[in-house]
Amino acid sequence: MANKAIVGEKLGMTQVWDDDNNVVPVTVLRVAPARVVQVRTPERDGYSAVQVTYGHKDAKKLTKGLAGHYASAGVEPGVRLVELRLDDTSEFAVGQEIGADTFEPGDSIDVTAVSKGKGFAGVMKRHGFAGQPASHGAHRVHRKPGAIGQCATPSRVFKGVKMAGRMGGTNVTTLNLEVVRSDPDQQVVLVKGSVPGPKGGVVFVRNAVKGGATEGAS
Amino acid sequence: MKSTDVIDQASMRDDIPDFAAGDTLKVHVKVVEGNKERLQMFQGVVIARRGSGLHESFTVRKLSNSVGVERTFPLHSPIIDHIEVFTRGDVRRAKLYYLRDRIGKAAKVREKRD
Repeated sequence: MANKAIVGEKLGMTQVWDDDNNVVPVTVLRVAPARVVQVRTPERDGYSAVQVTYGHKDAKKLTKGLAGHYASAGVEPGVRLVELRLDDTSEFAVGQEIGADTFEPGDSIDVTAVSKGKGFAGVMKRHGFAGQPASHGAHRVHRKPGAIGQCATPSRVFKGVKMAGRMGGTNVTTLNLEVVRSDPDQQVVLVKGSVPGPKGGVVFVRNAVKGGATEGAS
Repeated sequence: MKSTDVIDQASMRDDIPDFAAGDTLKVHVKVVEGNKERLQMFQGVVIARRGSGLHESFTVRKLSNSVGVERTFPLHSPIIDHIEVFTRGDVRRAKLYYLRDRIGKAAKVREKRD
């Protein structure tokens, strides 16, 4: 699991130029300093994580329960209360700030967010099916899946057969992205490539947990 | 204002002259050979200018040994040293793709007379 994580907001995509004057497509994430509200430990909570908040919220608009939670931690209320799952929370204390400088340029990261909802999507879009011929006798079946099973044996459709249905709106993690720039003054992190979700969506960033591209490897 | 403008501002150039389709430009491009850098000129007619903001680009067409050569530059690209406007063209279109189908005198763009 991760040992560094931040939470941010996707601002959109643009491009920057690297030192060799090549265009690098980047996604801009706004990472406001996050304040630790609670540290979860395996002994007490069964898992380790830091609960953080960011931004500012009018104290009058809080529910009594949330207000008490913030008050007992002595942390200013924020717009959202989220948990970042981490291996080791011993370096974190309540009230501590986690900012955009958590990650350095060149770091390998994973980005998690709720993907854009695609509505009720067909099998070609949803599962990448090839569809059927455009002509040669194809009759109104161009984007249909074709057969979904056998006949009298087993005389039913197996569970889990890929079909049309709701697509998107689920948690998606893009692995092994590269940090191009992190700027705590502007509160932004630039990530090479695209990240899931719409502009304005909440994204979770952690250091890469699976092998793949390691630092220094080509 | 777009939310990514904060990032784009830093990459935007402010030394781009005013030019449009039909103008003849001398684009001085930085070329890296080994560890040396030199300037190379690409002179031709602007046949298109597209996009906006940091993503704006333009296409320059020239004839090189009677072969048409087109090069598209990002307007704010750091490889462009500077741009000289050589002549202003008198055209009625924003995109001059019809020049590709013309040869000889027909492929010339009239110069603008004030």
